[in-house]
Amino acid sequence: MAAVNAVEPSGSRGRVGGSAGTIGPAGRKGRGLRGVTGAFWLFVGPFLLGLLIFVYIPIIWSVVLSFSQAQNTVTPSTWVGLANYIDLLKPGPFLDSLIDFCIFAIFIVPLTFVLSLLLAVLLNRIRIARAFFRSVFFIPTACSYVVASMIWKLSIFNGVRFGLANTVLSWFGIDNVAWLATPSPPLYWVAIVTARLWLQVGFYMILFIAGLQRISPQLYEAAEVDGAKPGWQVFRYITFPQLRATSVAVLLLLFIAAFQAFDEFFNLMGNSSLARPPLVYLYYTALGNQDFGRGSAGAVILALLIMIVSLAQGKLFGFGKAAE
Amino acid sequence: MSIESTSPGTSAPGTSTVQPPRGTVVADGKPARRHRPLTGAQIAGQFVRYLILIIAAVLFLVPFYLILRNGLASDPEITSPRWTLFPEQLHWENFGELFSDKAVNILGGLRVSAIVAVLQTIGQLLFSSMAGYGLARIPYKHANKIFYATLVTLMIPAAVTFIPTFLIVSQLRWVNTLQGIIVPTLFSGFTTFLFRQYFLNFPKELEEAARVDGLGWFGAFIRVVVPNSLAFFSAIAVITFINSWNAFLWPLVIGQDSSMWTVQVALSTLMTAQTINLHELFLAAAVAIAPLVLVFLFLQRYLVQGVAETGLKG
Repeated sequence: MAAVNAVEPSGSRGRVGGSAGTIGPAGRKGRGLRGVTGAFWLFVGPFLLGLLIFVYIPIIWSVVLSFSQAQNTVTPSTWVGLANYIDLLKPGPFLDSLIDFCIFAIFIVPLTFVLSLLLAVLLNRIRIARAFFRSVFFIPTACSYVVASMIWKLSIFNGVRFGLANTVLSWFGIDNVAWLATPSPPLYWVAIVTARLWLQVGFYMILFIAGLQRISPQLYEAAEVDGAKPGWQVFRYITFPQLRATSVAVLLLLFIAAFQAFDEFFNLMGNSSLARPPLVYLYYTALGNQDFGRGSAGAVILALLIMIVSLAQGKLFGFGKAAE
Repeated sequence: MSIESTSPGTSAPGTSTVQPPRGTVVADGKPARRHRPLTGAQIAGQFVRYLILIIAAVLFLVPFYLILRNGLASDPEITSPRWTLFPEQLHWENFGELFSDKAVNILGGLRVSAIVAVLQTIGQLLFSSMAGYGLARIPYKHANKIFYATLVTLMIPAAVTFIPTFLIVSQLRWVNTLQGIIVPTLFSGFTTFLFRQYFLNFPKELEEAARVDGLGWFGAFIRVVVPNSLAFFSAIAVITFINSWNAFLWPLVIGQDSSMWTVQVALSTLMTAQTINLHELFLAAAVAIAPLVLVFLFLQRYLVQGVAETGLKG
């Protein structure tokens, strides 16, 4: 999605204008507008129809349902206005789920950002076995959140004696820790955050490596001539600023991915009120309680929040400039 | 977990392969191999980098090791308070047990996952490549407006529309069917966007020559554009396949009966079942990730390029 905003301003307007120029050659073939129109709908029509049925209609339906009393029914009769929204935004489980999301984002976004950048920079500055290390960090991306949750829940953080984390702690004489069931301090965050870190760090590392490789070597030579110390200074004044576009894209993607967290929470914590992000709450509201009105209202709020965050981030960091 | 690093020499598999780089730090110090000899500080820098990378690599490999260790151990060994690095004996027969266990039905899950992932990939490639081409290249006067209409859908993540999409699918009476899992996933605004961006940069001369030779839009697309874009198509295919194979929320919502469980849904459900053998569960997880891990190992270079270029999954 970052790419959308990044490419769009510089790309589309100029380009579409450019492609309009092809009317010439097409017209030269003697095809009228109808030929063009027909061809366009042949190519785009099927996709648009699918989009209409499985994206647009659901969105509209969702908005309608969100203003309705719709428990156990999908054809609501009672219009309740903003009641569903007001209900959800009162102190309660949905608001708690948004708070849980914020806690999660505060940990996962900076941690993933820093770790993937660190690994990318380290990999970029070693000479041997680069491909090997890159594979090791990238391969967890192949695993699903379900599989990771399973390893985390049943083997690493299972809270009993045979768990890996507890085994390691026992070498230091520390007693068993019930990782997923300890609310104070909330140790379950350790399991939730590390699972996602393992799964996604390699992916963002690749994006950073791509960004690093686009930096012109001349910049580093110039920095050396100017007497910048290799290491932190070069990173601070050359590398990091040059990674601006990548960094913005990565941050945006991390936020959106965090907003959509479902799999690991569902599998690690179930419907526990300890850590239940918005999507898990909506899942149990809509499909568990069959309360489609409230569920839809929650989905609309969540969609609006994601849109606001994306737009705000775009404005804040300037996606126009981010385009290369 | 970081304490694991105290014994890097003895712990995970892969440590032995990590060994060479350490030696090479010294080798790098030899002036013969470099244009400029490394200073002491640079050697120290390389050493620190390798040290951090080796520790990180061991930590990243631990979960894979745990899957195999627990999958090939006996249940008493998995739950033994005396934790050992390797099971005393590797129980390869666990595989046979897993595949014949009707309660787990791992083959059924693999089958559903394979059908869903393959059809979703083909469908997205088909619809998105055509739509992307149309939006990028066919000079229809409303093309821009329609492009913006698809852009808008990118702002709304699929995960958020699962409730109304579920309602649509249930009205179609597709709950608990393969088409219910697959069809709503065939139309991706994001993939279409990527294809459009790609086709904007596709050399115009090629297809124009084909059109002059008398091929229509469709003929030029099939005979010239697609064959010359196979690399891009493959990159999108691999990324779509991975996302589809690992998808969880939507298959969970629609696949309510165990015959419609994808591998991920099956694993998740079995995880909470008390009756299941632990080693079977871990082995099932190993089987579930095996196809993608193999794809990653073999298509590594290519995949990395795809991720770096298209930027993304989702």
